[in-house]
Amino acid sequence: MSLAQAAAQPADEVLLTVEGVTKHFAGVTALSDVSLDVRRGEVLGLLGENGAGKSTLLKILSGVQPPSSGRIVYHGAEFRPSSPEEAKRAGIVTIYQELSLIPTLTVAENIFIGRAPTGPLGLVNWKKMIDASRQIIGRVGLSIDPRTPVSVLSVAEQQLVEIARALSLESRLIIMDEPTSALTEAEVQRLLSIMDRLRKDGVAIMFVTHRLEEASFICDRMTVLRDGRLAGHLDRENGEPIQIPKIIERMVGRAASELYARPHDREVSGETRLSVRGLRTVRDPEAPHAIVLEGVDLDLRAGEILGVAGLVGSGRTELARAIFGADRIAAGTITLDGRPIAPASPADAIALGIGLVPEDRKQQAIFAALGILTNFSVAALGRFSNGFGFMAERREREALSEYRKMLSIRMASPEQAMEGLSGGNQQKVVLARWLARDPKVLIVDEPTRGVDVGAKAEVHQILVQLAERGIAIMMISSELPEVLAVSDRIVTMRRGRITGEMPAVEATEEKLMELMALDRREGRAQ
Amino acid sequence: MSSTVEPGGRSGVNITRLLVNFGPLIFLAALVVIFTVMKPSFIDPINIFNILRQISITGLIALGMTFVILTAGIDLSVGSLLALCGMVAAVVAKGGTANTLSLSAAGGTGYGWFAALLAAVAVGALAGFIQGQAITRLRVPPFVVTLGGLTIFRGLTLTISNGGPISGFDASMRWFGNGLVGPVPVPVIIFAIAAILCHVVLRYTRYGRAVYAVGGNAEAARLSGLRVDRILISVYVIVGFFAGLAAFVLSARLNSSEAVAGMGYELTVISAVVIGGTSLFGGIGSVGGTVVGAALIGVLQNGLQFNNVSSYTQSIVIGLILILAVAFDRFLKSRVRR
Repeated sequence: MSLAQAAAQPADEVLLTVEGVTKHFAGVTALSDVSLDVRRGEVLGLLGENGAGKSTLLKILSGVQPPSSGRIVYHGAEFRPSSPEEAKRAGIVTIYQELSLIPTLTVAENIFIGRAPTGPLGLVNWKKMIDASRQIIGRVGLSIDPRTPVSVLSVAEQQLVEIARALSLESRLIIMDEPTSALTEAEVQRLLSIMDRLRKDGVAIMFVTHRLEEASFICDRMTVLRDGRLAGHLDRENGEPIQIPKIIERMVGRAASELYARPHDREVSGETRLSVRGLRTVRDPEAPHAIVLEGVDLDLRAGEILGVAGLVGSGRTELARAIFGADRIAAGTITLDGRPIAPASPADAIALGIGLVPEDRKQQAIFAALGILTNFSVAALGRFSNGFGFMAERREREALSEYRKMLSIRMASPEQAMEGLSGGNQQKVVLARWLARDPKVLIVDEPTRGVDVGAKAEVHQILVQLAERGIAIMMISSELPEVLAVSDRIVTMRRGRITGEMPAVEATEEKLMELMALDRREGRAQ
Repeated sequence: MSSTVEPGGRSGVNITRLLVNFGPLIFLAALVVIFTVMKPSFIDPINIFNILRQISITGLIALGMTFVILTAGIDLSVGSLLALCGMVAAVVAKGGTANTLSLSAAGGTGYGWFAALLAAVAVGALAGFIQGQAITRLRVPPFVVTLGGLTIFRGLTLTISNGGPISGFDASMRWFGNGLVGPVPVPVIIFAIAAILCHVVLRYTRYGRAVYAVGGNAEAARLSGLRVDRILISVYVIVGFFAGLAAFVLSARLNSSEAVAGMGYELTVISAVVIGGTSLFGGIGSVGGTVVGAALIGVLQNGLQFNNVSSYTQSIVIGLILILAVAFDRFLKSRVRR
């Protein structure tokens, strides 16, 4: 197929070389002696766990920071951009996760920002600008009106607009930092096919991602970083995609078989804890595109891990929020230990013994600037205070240090600000927050998003331990290997409905994918 | 708030971290030293108590404002609310508006200082409650609600007093403004007690934790089971209460409640809180910082006056210091965070 051909083409002209680049920050070495090269017309994957040094390397390439030592050769000459502007003018554009478009301006205005075509009086020539914009966004397969304000576009469309803008600047190297993390499956496929088209046009793409399937699918070559050092270069062999286990081995420094290791033979004999019947939510007039639940039935037993698999927009997060009292319920019943409940707020749900580890850790779970201690105890302030409302700080600290050992949380002190912790350790603190309440039901939404490969396995182990203590766990995840490895039973969701259910031992990625994307008219691009 | 990432590199960061935690205090100490060198009589206990008495009115409101700003809110209405509460206190103390403009200091006709105090703080707390309701129920930003409050409360004050002052309170009430306990002015004692109480509440109670959490991330606080709306309403009640208390002390001190009292106080109060290191984005700050911030403004005003700097120039200097203090704080924190 086309990808194999692209890889087979000898597109060997080197565009940019990184030679022995090192970067120190206040005594910490973020990058140590890293070398790589990027060739014209290829997609180079840059992989590594969080903290491996990818972001530092990107900042150096895009002119945000200079290297401490080493050099970059671009177009055969040494390249030392002193600002992102300079890198951009030289033809190196970086597209970050947080998009840099201005939401209130139109697509055309964003593309031509700072360089709008003008007429004889120095006024903006709108017609010319809009026509040119239409042509530019056509190159990335967008057919929207260039006069549309960016704020109404989906994240995927905004990303394409950024790529289009990069192309209109005659960029030679486009660096994409985790471009797929906020996209649906179909949007990912579209982006990958555009990347394929761009490389055929001779553009070099540096693709930074956590998603190994995508990297394996699209990349011609990969450079893997670990702890700020080069962990290896990987090439396609005979045009075959680079094998995922090989990538993981480089990333974590050990074999992939050690990850996701969990026997499925656990006997779950607990009684039904949580039972949901005919659950429906209403459409929120302020968020017309939000998903509504269209009658969900679900049972969750004590000591069980129920995996909920679904694509973005399947209603999985909405289900969690409805049970947790965070969103309003229109119809249906929820029973907990046989008693009907109707939580009107998270506070109600928590008082009943339900906990939620939300999907978006930064926005919904952590208090970044506050200390770890407050982050830990915030849901259990009652347990850690006396009858007069004073905090019992000693008890609080003792409990934290207990969980710190149990979950092996790596932190400097209870006063350390939460934002100083890695994603995995933050997630462990959030889990400890709920453990302190000893919940009956714990809902975890994307428990390992933004968590290192190594810490992922730890989080999985913690979830299993909690289930073994009798907590009923509902685990929502878009990573199928994770769902398969951790769950006892799996349900799939699509468009606000449950579309299938099976024991984890009988499930395969193919079966789940089928149920998650039943409607063949769309979605299943693969 | 320490936020070093690596536990190992402690020794090098210490001085910076010390500056971050005690920056405003060091700044204050430096100012005191400078003014003392310029004029040694600056450090006389009489002058120090004078400064403390000057800051105690806005300082009281700043204590309440610390709660509000910790939740990432703001209250622009405190100056007008102070005037309203002062007027209500005067009406209660004198037994009605009929006594308006009477300068007789004799008691007897009114309901006494205690009723006046209760009325002042009750009106302040009620006003805060109503504003809090508007902020949480109607989802109008605090800036807008309290900007509306600023003009509403001033209008109410003028309506009650018909524009003029109500003057002449009995000696027991005036004591709260002018009395001394030993060498210490009574307003300073009230301010000190209130500051300690607020510090204890914010630092050691469950409620205090909740205030920080709501300011740090309101959505995360809600999903952690905190009743965010109630906490938001409560901080406006607290600042309203303190506006009432400050109004009572101010009226007692001036022996008069003026309809134009407290004009522009909101700016002094917010400056004190911000100079004290409390973040306008919420979640970071302390009562100790606010006390230092209030003292810094007081020392600056007094010291400049002492050296015959005109009040016009004083405003310029205080504005500059406000910006510099926050810039300095930002700079230090960015260095620690790196």
